[in-house]
This record gives sequence, structure tokens and C-alpha cells, in this order.
Amino acid sequence: MNQSLKQPIHERKLFQGRALVALVFIIAVFILLLLRYFYLQVVQHEYYQNQADNNRIKNHRISPTRGLIFDRNDILLAENRTAYRLQVVIEKAPDFNQKLQLLSQLLSLTKDELTEIQETVKYNPVFKPITIKENLSESEVAAFAVQQHQYAGFDMTPYLIRQYNYPEVMSHVIGYVSKINAEEYEQKDQNRYASDDYIGKLGLEKYYENILHGEPGLLTTVTNARGRQLSEEVSKPPTHGKTLHLTIDLQLQQASYDAFGEETGAAIAVNPKNGEVLAMVSKPGYDINQFISGISHNDYQALLDSPDKPLFNRSIKGGYEPGSTIKPYMALAGLYHQLITTETTLFSNGVYQLPNQQRKYHDWKRGGHGQVDLVNALAESVNVFFYDLAVKLGIDRIESFLKPFQFGQLTRLDIAGEKQGILPSRTWKQDNRNMIWFPGETVITGIGQGYFVITPVQMAQALSILASKGQINPIHLVKQTKQTTHLPFNVSDKHWQAVHQGMSAVVNAKNGTARAYASDAYLFAGKSGTSQVFGKSEQDIYKKNEELPKHLRNHALFIAFAPVEDPEIAVVVVAEHGASGTKAAAPIAKKIIDVYMHQKHPELWDKEDD
Amino acid sequence: MTKRSLHDWMDPWLFLLLTILLGYGLIVLHSAGGPVLVERQTIRILIGLTVMLAIAQIRPERFEQFTPLLFIGSVLLLFAVLFFGITVKGAKRWLDLGISIQPSELCKFTVPMMVSWIFRLTALPPDWKHIFGALSVIILCAGLIYQQPDLGTSILIALSGLFVIYLAGISWRFIFSFSLLAALSSPVIWYFMHDYQKQRVLMFLNPEADPLNRGWNIIQSKIAIGSGGITGKGWQQGSQTQLDFLPEHSTDFILSVLSEEFGFIGILALFILYILIITRCLFIASQAKNTYNRLICGALTLIFFVYITINAGMISGIFPVVGVPLPLVSYGGTSVLTLLASFGIMMSVYTHKKLIQQ
Repeated sequence: MNQSLKQPIHERKLFQGRALVALVFIIAVFILLLLRYFYLQVVQHEYYQNQADNNRIKNHRISPTRGLIFDRNDILLAENRTAYRLQVVIEKAPDFNQKLQLLSQLLSLTKDELTEIQETVKYNPVFKPITIKENLSESEVAAFAVQQHQYAGFDMTPYLIRQYNYPEVMSHVIGYVSKINAEEYEQKDQNRYASDDYIGKLGLEKYYENILHGEPGLLTTVTNARGRQLSEEVSKPPTHGKTLHLTIDLQLQQASYDAFGEETGAAIAVNPKNGEVLAMVSKPGYDINQFISGISHNDYQALLDSPDKPLFNRSIKGGYEPGSTIKPYMALAGLYHQLITTETTLFSNGVYQLPNQQRKYHDWKRGGHGQVDLVNALAESVNVFFYDLAVKLGIDRIESFLKPFQFGQLTRLDIAGEKQGILPSRTWKQDNRNMIWFPGETVITGIGQGYFVITPVQMAQALSILASKGQINPIHLVKQTKQTTHLPFNVSDKHWQAVHQGMSAVVNAKNGTARAYASDAYLFAGKSGTSQVFGKSEQDIYKKNEELPKHLRNHALFIAFAPVEDPEIAVVVVAEHGASGTKAAAPIAKKIIDVYMHQKHPELWDKEDD
Repeated sequence: MTKRSLHDWMDPWLFLLLTILLGYGLIVLHSAGGPVLVERQTIRILIGLTVMLAIAQIRPERFEQFTPLLFIGSVLLLFAVLFFGITVKGAKRWLDLGISIQPSELCKFTVPMMVSWIFRLTALPPDWKHIFGALSVIILCAGLIYQQPDLGTSILIALSGLFVIYLAGISWRFIFSFSLLAALSSPVIWYFMHDYQKQRVLMFLNPEADPLNRGWNIIQSKIAIGSGGITGKGWQQGSQTQLDFLPEHSTDFILSVLSEEFGFIGILALFILYILIITRCLFIASQAKNTYNRLICGALTLIFFVYITINAGMISGIFPVVGVPLPLVSYGGTSVLTLLASFGIMMSVYTHKKLIQQ
């Protein structure tokens, strides 16, 4: 074939062949492309539709407002105030590190805080705001506002923060809220809680967390690629937390707290008619506001190291021997089991001994009290009378009689952290000490010593039942409808009367141990007690506790109710290391009752004035 | 020959198809870029159509005649770019001659024209001498453009020349062995590639690995396409486009806008339009009166197809991101003007095919 000669027809055919192959190839490529688009647009459509929605639709949480807490007279105890936090979006903040240094002076950030921020920066998702400081002070807010234009990417955002109006006095009742930690967040419903949410950590705040917290709402925003918000809509409004109305009377609470003076301890005042707790203090309290935004390490250490243990809620966690305050219940048990009558007398020579045993059990008064009946035995707190009675009752009957009064049982008071304590019994000893019960232990049980570990709230619940003559009104801190039940056994009114009379004699009779505190305006009944801190050696038995160093002294207890004829208030006071019940605890109880009676029955004093 | 018919000065079929395509493009552009861009683009299109019709009146012999001159001119400009070019984003692509021009755009014409010119007189399939000559032309221009550096355009220019060689009827054996050689030499090419080019390839292979920077465009484009579904979200209703999640949505990514708002149906319609245009052009080429006309028409058509494929493949994540606009749809003057000019050449070939038959 001559290569240099053109063959037009052949060349046209050759070209047409090539063009046809090309066309087939082109159509094949278009079909492949179409398949690709079909795959994206039809097969994977739903996936990409979601992605497109995720691009533009963002759901933001609207935090619910935490429920308020009022006292019984509608005084606001816990509220929410507007605070400001400084946040930064790193991606929007050029020369972040330099600005942070400037801010550390402006907001006086500590080194620890700075390193913590730097740590957070490392693992922070893109465009997620990082908090530089919470709860800015007023001057910090002002200082930053003036210079804000120099801090691109930094922003102050308002939020609501808890505020306690009576932080110290109410500390152990309310507890506090603080930032949720990782563990708590894991356990909570993450639709309800944000990872930087506040949560009740102690007290009522913890117990009523579910009610106080509320349900968050949802704010749906449409955002463009540059993050500019184009529209927003509340797709679900938040349900705010419910308000708590406490049974606490702030005035009485304050009075109870102040009544302790320099002493530490716990006091509870309840209304035996309905179980409402009118005051509940554990002294010393502490500033619960400190804990909300995170307490500094030093401040926290100081609270932990304080010998007065301000963080310890004595009312619900403090375990004490009831001491002689158990005697009225013992007397009642004796009467109920017909081991004694109101007329029974016993001669106290100051010492009690079990048959065939060497060990001597002493009266608090050297030489004893002589011939005493039930009322006098209570009035003078005659140990021998109750040693004898306890032995006659036996530990099993004591246990089953005291149990319904809630000794050593959880009272189910509506507050977090209550301790159960111990009501001594054969089974308890077997289970916990792996030993049998000895008769000598029954003897001291009769005067509230031995294995007893009773909390002040248990004493208050028991006293409330005693004062209301067998009505069980569960004690509570948040107002609720009355739920009265009764003791499982029926104690006759005559017997109640006898015990009330004995307790009245403690205060009002000439030989009463708390004679000094009798009121001219009204009659109140009481019983002192001493909770041993250390067992005394034989020669120290009659030694005055006041002579010992303070931390070795016994705790002073006093239980009281008023008015005797129709009790409206029952008060339990534990004055730690107060030595003797009558000296340290009784005046506190008296002050509390006085304030209450002044408040409720001012006419009693008016008459006097006339 | 008495009355001049429409067919004597244009190809009405091609003209119709092109206007439909351009109109479709403007509708999409309105949604992607707004009325201002549509107005500007309309003016460019009108200029482009005028240029096209003007070129259609030029006898193809004139192109043939001036081919060597045009080619030498464009090569000189390419050299000038290397020495006097304006550096933009690390690459010298532009030449400032009062107005900025991009000589590599010129090569889109001059290279296939020159290769066709080499083959115009020889018997086809061409012999080794002519193939060597054609390859020299291709390598010279592609090499100069690669130096700018502009790998994408360099490959496209090379392809446009190679298409001519293919259409000239070079043996299949040669084509296959050449492809094999290219495949085997790809590691070597990789070695000589610039970092940014390597990154583009790597990013293409796994865009999700870097979702916020280089991979962002492709991910957002795929979301736009996929979320469009079969019927699309409706004109101006595409959230990806309207909320700016889609990058460069008036230019390189305009097909993503079309996919999002008109769905698979819209894509199908567009592809059918393209296939019809390509078929019509190949028909014109096969009807041409001489070798030069055939080859130049065929090559311009194939390069038109390559643009479509690369753009459609790029925005759907099949090919790496190279800045190739979608022919006749993307916003931009140069692209529309050069493409319509190339269709002008084809119309010229069409209107002058009958003269030889007489």
C-alpha cells in the first residue's frame, strides 16, 4: 500500500469507525457516571439527607430552672440568680495563648486553673466553647465588658446559678448543688442532664433532685456554613423544677442555731401532731454557696481539717448513745409489760448488782436516791430503778418495744445521707460481734448505754411518738399531707400520762434534774441524758465530766416537749462534749422551746405582764 | 444555489441543543449565584454565541492555513509565561498583556489543530514519522504547561492531541501498548508530582480523613448530591447550596447544585443533552470534507466530553479535585467563550461540507 497517497473514502470510513467506538465509549462512561449519581441520590439518599440536616439543623438544650426552696412561712431559702461565665471558641480566637495570659491577670486565674484550661484545649472538639471562668464577680464582668473588643472569640454568657440565702444556718438541711461529675453523668438520663449541669450533692438538694431539676427544653436552630444562625424555634419548652415548701421555720432554725453559742452539736424541733420538722440544725454549719462553682482546694481542706467538723451533718449522721433520755421509753415498756405500776417503788442505795456477780452498777448520785417511784425515778434519773427494770424486761422485750419508736431504724426523713445507727439486740450482737448477749449488757441498756448508736433524727422521731402518745407521724422536711399510723401495741393512756408526768417532773418538780430551766409561762417536759464518749475507770465514776479535757467529755443530751398537756413541739438537743445533759443541752432546748412558744402563744407572756 | 438556507450559515440542531443547555445552566446558576451572576453570564453567553456564529462563517481552510502560525504563537506565549508570568497561588499561569490571558487556554485549540495539521496530507493511518511529529507537539506544550505548574491542564492538552492521533486511525496495538506504558510509569509520575498535587490525589482517595480542610469540598458536594434524591429539593431549595455548605457552587461545583435541587432526573436530563450534543458533533465530524476538518472536530468533541466526565466525576468523588468547570454550565467567561468558539469551528465545518460535493 502506498503510504503517501490519500484514500479519502477509506479514511472517512476509518474515521467513522473510530468516532463510533468513541461514541460507544462516551455513552458507556455516561452510564457509569449515571450509576454513580444513582448510587448517591437514590441508594444512599437517606444517609446524605441526614447529613444535610445535621449540617444546618442544630438542637440546643434549654436548661430548666431549678426549683426554688421556701421555708414554711414562704421565706426564700434557695433561689437562682444570673451569673456570667467567660467562654472562648478557640477557632475564633487568634493568638489565644497571649489573650489567656492577659485574662489570667484580669480574672486572677490561678496556675492550676490555667493548666486545666490548657488541658481542656487539647481535647476540645472543634468550635465547642471552653469555659475560662465560671461565676464572674461584678468587677470582673465590668472589667471584661470594657475590654471585650480586644478579645475576639471570647464571650461572656449569662446563666442561672443557685444561691442560698441563709447558707450557714440552712447548710445541713439544704445541702448544695455543684457541677455534675463524670460518674454521676453516666448514671443520669443524658436527655435530662448536660455534661456541665448542676446536680444536688447533699441534703434536700440531693434527695429532691428529680423534682427540683426539671426537664430541659430544645431550641432548634438553622445555621449556615459560616455558623450564622438563620432561624430559631423552641421545639420543646423546658419544664422548670418544682418549688419545695419546707416545714422548717427559718426563725426557729436561726434561733436553734444561735442557741448553741460556742457549742457544737445538733438540735431538731418537730411538731408531734404531724411530724413536721420545724428546725433541724447541725452546728457548726458552713457556707454552702462556696460549693456551687467549686470550692478552692485550700478552703475545702480548711473545712476538712477543722476540729469542729463543720461538714459533718450530726442530725442525720451523728451516732450517739441515748443515755438517760432512753429512760422514759424504758418506763413505758415496764408499764406496758406490767412489770411496774405507777405506784411501784424501789429503794436505791446507789449500787445495783446482778445476782451472783461482782460487777457493780452505779447511780450517778453517790449513796443513791432512797425510796423512789416511777415519777421520781424519771425526775431524778435514778439509774438503779432502770437497771432493775431493764433486767426484768430482758433485752428481747426492750428491743421489740423500742424498735417501733424508730431507734436504730432509718426514719426515712426526706434528706439524703441518713445513717441507720444501732438498736442493741441478741441478733445484732451475734451478727456483728459474733458473741452471745450477756445479762450485764441488759443492765446498762436500761440507762441507754452499751451498744446503742442513735441519731438525733431518730431521737426526734421517737420523742414525737412519745409526746403524741403513740401516734406515729413520720418526720419530714417538705410539706406533705399527714400520714398518721400507730404503734403496733396499745399503751394505755394512764401509762402515757405517767411517763409524761415523770418527764414534766424532770423540769418542774423540786427534785427534777432540770429544775433550773422551768418556764414561768408554760409547762414543758424533758429528760436529760449523757452520751459516753469514753468508758470511765472505776475511780472516775463520780468525777465531774467538766474536769476532763473537752474532747474527752461526754456528749450532753436533752429531749423535751411542750406544752405538757398538749404537746406541739418536741425538741432533741445533742451538745457535743457538753459533759452533762442538764448543764449544756437543757438550756439550748429551753431556748428553742421559748422562741417557739413566744411565736405561737404570745398571750402566755401577756398574762404574766398583767 | 439560490436562497441561502439556515443550514448554510449554522447548524440549527447544534445551535438548539446548545441554547437549551446554556438556558438550563442559567437556571441553575440563578439558584447557585443569584441574579447578578446570571446577568453577567448571560452577557458572556451572548458574546460567546456571536463569536460562535462569526467563526461558523469562516471557511475551515482558513483555520488550516493559520494553524502553524497559531501554534507557534501559543508556544511562544507559553515560554513567555514561564519567564514573565504572574504568579498566583504558587503557579505561573497568567500573562499580563494589557489584559490577563492564560496561554494554556489557547493550547486547547492550537494543540489539536497542530496535530490535525500534521496529519492533513498524509495517508491514514499515519506512519511513524508523523506520529513522532504529533507526539513532539503534544509533549512540548504539555511539558511547558506542566512547568507552570498546572498538571490538570497539561493532561487535558495532552489528551486533546492524543485524541487526534486516535481518530487518525493509529493501530489499536499501539494504543494498548502506550496505555500499558502509561500505567507502568505512574509511580514515576507520582515521584515528579508537586506536593499539592500528591495531596489532591491522597485526599481524593480518602476525603473523610481530613473532613475540615481539603476533604470538606468533596464531602459537602456528596451530601448535596445525595440529599437531592430522585426529584431534588426544588429550585432554590437546596440547603447545601443556599446555606453555603457547598463550596464554589457557581463554578466548579455547579453540578452539585443541579443534583441537589433537580435530583437524579435533573442529572439524567443534563447527561442526555450532553450526549445529544456530542453525537451531533461526531456526526458533523464524520460528514466533514477533509482530514483536517474531521480530526479537529472529533478532537474538540472528545475534549468536551472529557471536561464533562472530569467535572461530574470530581464532584461525586470518583476523581480527584481538579479545577475543571462543567462545560457551558459553570459560571465563568473564558470557559464559555473558548467552548462556544470550538463549537463555532464545528459549525464552520458543518456549513462548508457541501462545497466539496458540488
